[in-house]
Amino acid sequence: MERIPVLRMGSLVLITIQVDMHDKLAMQLQDDVTQRISDWGSTGVLIDISSLEIVDSFIGRMLANIAGMSRVLGAETVVVGMQPAVAITLVELGMSLPGVRTALSVEAGMELLYGPGAGIFSGQGDDRSEA
Amino acid sequence: MTDPKRETLPLKTSNDVVFARQKVRQRATELRFGLVDLTKLVTAASELARNALDHGKGGQMSIEGITAGPKVGLKLIFEDQGPGIPDIEMALKDGFTTGTGMGFGLGGSKRLVNEFSVESAPGRGTRVTVVRWK
Repeated sequence: MERIPVLRMGSLVLITIQVDMHDKLAMQLQDDVTQRISDWGSTGVLIDISSLEIVDSFIGRMLANIAGMSRVLGAETVVVGMQPAVAITLVELGMSLPGVRTALSVEAGMELLYGPGAGIFSGQGDDRSEA
Repeated sequence: MTDPKRETLPLKTSNDVVFARQKVRQRATELRFGLVDLTKLVTAASELARNALDHGKGGQMSIEGITAGPKVGLKLIFEDQGPGIPDIEMALKDGFTTGTGMGFGLGGSKRLVNEFSVESAPGRGTRVTVVRWK
């Protein structure tokens, strides 16, 4: 069955959505993300939607659901890479994705979660200690 | 004059919603819609196709190119034989939902297109017609 890959990057869960989503795929993704957060003890979820040409209320709801579920499991979600035309359309549609943090790029999303410098793949917190 | 490329697509499964919006994207691209116009129309099509599927228990979408003087546009008609909408005015309000959605489908779609009309009666299904000019 078709599936959206859910990758582990340190304490992050990284998801890149590149296909046209249908219901089953979206439901599967919600299951997979929550399972991975729980398995890996992740504290952040980055969802890259730069390949998505539209976000309708169904996908918007899925993003909000994932953010909500992740938060309950102790992980913050940042949705990154939304195309400008998608942003214009979403707001006109009436959805401004309340409760979902967003950033322009994966790097900016990592910095939002872990502070400046996190976006340059400096690895886990240990590498950055001065001691 | 009718558009020789007029097509009708079924909306019976959630995959059909994906096909429907791919078709709208393809036709809008052929007509050289701008990116924002195209995105709005495809998003509206996605909402309305899903409505027909979720609330109308499936139906169909027809798509045709239209002209009015120098203007070029696309007209989409979504039809279902579902329970119909008893109060259209209410259904167009943001936040109104009978299903599991967020209630942006109908009212939101209206804002994404240039022309929008709904015909519906309880027990006789629903027809939503939208036009977006290039």
